[in-house]
Amino acid sequence: MNQTDIQNLLDEPACTHNTAGKTGCSRSRPGATQGGCAFDGAQIAILPIADAAHIVHGPIGCSGSSWDLRGSSSSGPQLYRLGMTTELSDIDVIMGRGEKKLFHAIRRAVERYSPQAVFVYGTCVPAMQGDDIEAVARDASQRWGVPVIPVDGAGFYGTKSLGNRIAGETLYRHVIGTREPAPVPPGAVSAGIKVHDVNLIGEYNIAGEFWRVAPLFDELGLRILCTLSGDARFREVQTMHRAEANMVVCSKAMLNIARHLRETHGTPFFEGSFYGIADTSQALRDFAKAIGDPSLSVRTELLILREENKARAALAPWRERLAGKRALIFSGGVKSWSVVSALQDLGVEVIATGTEKSTEEDRARIRELMGENTRMIDDNDQSALIATCIESGADILIAGGRYLYAALKARLAFLDINHERDFGYEGYAGFVELARQLALAVHSPVWQRVRQEPRWVRASANTALLEEA
Amino acid sequence: MARIVQTNKPLSVNPLRVSQPMGAALAFLGLARSLPLEHGAQGCTAFSKVFFTRHFREPIPLQTTALDMISSVLGGDERLQEGLATVIDEHRPEVVGLVTTGLVEMQGADIRRVLRNFHAGRCESASVVAVNTPDTLGGLESGYALAVEAIIEALVPDAVVPAVQRARQVNLLASSMLTPADVEAIREWIESFGLQAVILPDLADSLDGHLTPQGYTTLTTGGTSRQAIAAMGRSALTLVIGDSLAGAADLLQARTGVPDLRLPGLTALADCDAFVQALADVSGRPVPARILRQREQLLDAMVDSYVPVGGARIAVGADADQLVALGRFLDDIGARLVAAVSPCRTAALQALNVEEVVVGDFEDLEERARDAGAQLLIGNSHALQSAERLGIPLLRAGFPQYDHYGAAARLWVGYRGARQLLFELANLFAPRGAGIAPYHSPLRQDFDGAAAPSARSISA
Repeated sequence: MNQTDIQNLLDEPACTHNTAGKTGCSRSRPGATQGGCAFDGAQIAILPIADAAHIVHGPIGCSGSSWDLRGSSSSGPQLYRLGMTTELSDIDVIMGRGEKKLFHAIRRAVERYSPQAVFVYGTCVPAMQGDDIEAVARDASQRWGVPVIPVDGAGFYGTKSLGNRIAGETLYRHVIGTREPAPVPPGAVSAGIKVHDVNLIGEYNIAGEFWRVAPLFDELGLRILCTLSGDARFREVQTMHRAEANMVVCSKAMLNIARHLRETHGTPFFEGSFYGIADTSQALRDFAKAIGDPSLSVRTELLILREENKARAALAPWRERLAGKRALIFSGGVKSWSVVSALQDLGVEVIATGTEKSTEEDRARIRELMGENTRMIDDNDQSALIATCIESGADILIAGGRYLYAALKARLAFLDINHERDFGYEGYAGFVELARQLALAVHSPVWQRVRQEPRWVRASANTALLEEA
Repeated sequence: MARIVQTNKPLSVNPLRVSQPMGAALAFLGLARSLPLEHGAQGCTAFSKVFFTRHFREPIPLQTTALDMISSVLGGDERLQEGLATVIDEHRPEVVGLVTTGLVEMQGADIRRVLRNFHAGRCESASVVAVNTPDTLGGLESGYALAVEAIIEALVPDAVVPAVQRARQVNLLASSMLTPADVEAIREWIESFGLQAVILPDLADSLDGHLTPQGYTTLTTGGTSRQAIAAMGRSALTLVIGDSLAGAADLLQARTGVPDLRLPGLTALADCDAFVQALADVSGRPVPARILRQREQLLDAMVDSYVPVGGARIAVGADADQLVALGRFLDDIGARLVAAVSPCRTAALQALNVEEVVVGDFEDLEERARDAGAQLLIGNSHALQSAERLGIPLLRAGFPQYDHYGAAARLWVGYRGARQLLFELANLFAPRGAGIAPYHSPLRQDFDGAAAPSARSISA
């Protein structure tokens, strides 16, 4: 991939970051950098496609520490959970054997695991070597009759966000639009309901959370052609161009796919989230609006009414236990505001929110929800974050898993909302689960215990000091 | 004598191997006020950070020079200088562990030259210890060993202390297979003989159980200090646990003249006994009664549980040091190693009591475990997939253990650690209720079926 391509990806026209006086994503600073690389981002976006083989072309560092760590669940094939790599050795590099090894690696994956497709991820070392993974993929695909898709996202190209976009670009260029959807099975929906095809882009089905929402789609007659990429199948991705509406879920990551589909197929898209009652309802309404079927709109409203009532009843006991608690949210992007509104729904006071990956539009929504004097934390710095937390008297920190142990060290209650977590929070039912987890975390007796110190601890420490002196 | 078999396949499936830079970073995490800095693209460091955070359940200090496209092609020296200056100025570490990755090794980056220029330009508040660890070679264990060697090279002065001037102090070179709990137990063991221990590196002190008043810090909490390492020459003996540290042990001995005792592990009975003997000799004290008691307890446990573990068929996928240490223990208790996979080839593997050791991945281990009819798998958390497919239990060992609590607190060494391991194995093999499936005879009388006369017809 050359620099112009990368610059174009960084300047994603549908990304509102680009209209706010700065262009593209910022560069990393040596010695003060957090977060993954372009390879990481590309892999994370595509890996959940469950019936494909995912081969990491590079030395062990790239795959060895990252395989099977992602919380995306599949309802069928588990092939994506196998960590496959060409594990390039020093001899491979010196002798320039990378391409050849990759070719045979693809053969072995195809013969042993019969994947629907093979994704090949480029990394730093073969990119430096000049391995032409696109050519290898083309040849291997012809030779073994299985689609082989090259994902050219070496780590040094840039950050994880760039990698996400590379993934989107790759899928759009090589996969989407290469197959027509299968017919709707007869009798799958009640008579009189017209089935509409839709896609979800950027939904990763963490811990199976989308399964809490999926039955609602079926009930409304919304057939999900493809969820990109949680619980997805390769052939579903191929048919994405036929949807009537696309939803970009909780992330700017693959916005480029939605934009391409709007430009080339005229498919409307909207951004939304399934976190919280209000957002879930909004997402369903937005689908009805984008599709423009009056019967669908009516049925959607009825379903929302029913589900919201059910959820509010289930939330009542938790709302009581959470009222007046103070939370600090540190999660970038869309989640920075979608979680805010969800928590306010529960009577939790949100005292500050992180805006690391948020756009200007996201910030505007935060201000709308929390008032002009809202504290927004931009700095991706654990110490600063914990300090803010303590200063502001927060009862709980809600953030990604890598802040977990830093928070626990500071004796702060913590709730993980990133992709390595074990609980699914999407949809109406998921929100009840979130409330339950929040209440359990805030009310755990542990926080009190760890802050207590019996007198003898101080006393024995003083004795030790005296002895030393 | 085991035959070492290198699989010749082009595709690794479910790798067992963890990269060399990660091993090196781990070793630096065992030093006090230390910060490892990986020279490469930022993803290597992000992966390492998540990997160790999930394993140890601790915040992991780790930084990167974050090479981009331009510095990858034109050279990353400036980014390295900038990265070093940033971490030293912002965090004031005592030691910066400079670790290379495949990308910069491929560039041919000369990190030592950059370091010379860097030091010439500023005062030395931090020691920068550099180690070359391309991830195209070796694995976690070798990267860790190379870093230990580099630490000795950089921080232990080249001066032999006369034997009479040596202190009541022993050195311990601790392999990457030792958990924080292991290291802590070994320290207590040494101290029970009235000796001080300098442990390199000391993960027990840095990666386990800190909930300090100041909360979270950006450098390591605990760990071995620069001063303690500089004083290793004053020790009376160096204890080396793990074959992978032979190079580091050679260097330390050449530098300081301190004699050493090298053991492949500290779980097998013979290894524990030799360790105790060495401590008794160097301290000139009798063995504490407590240790004797622990040894008796282990022996008693071996007697008690010989039935379930005797002849048990076990498959192990682990780094070479751990594989060898476990293999020696399995020999003690009469269990059989029926499949052994190591991510890297080392000479020590030949000593294993198994027909062949495969240098490979979990795909290889699963295949061989199935062929050999293994009843138990030992490996890191990634082995769970294989264990589920094989329908046998998994005992977690090695890196990473992300789906389990207490990897750092698990004791594998010493008489106590061996006893605990033995009981766990015995419980995994002990028959559980339904040993034999119930048999249903087709000839047995059936009172409820169609053939039987119904109660109604009798009463009628």
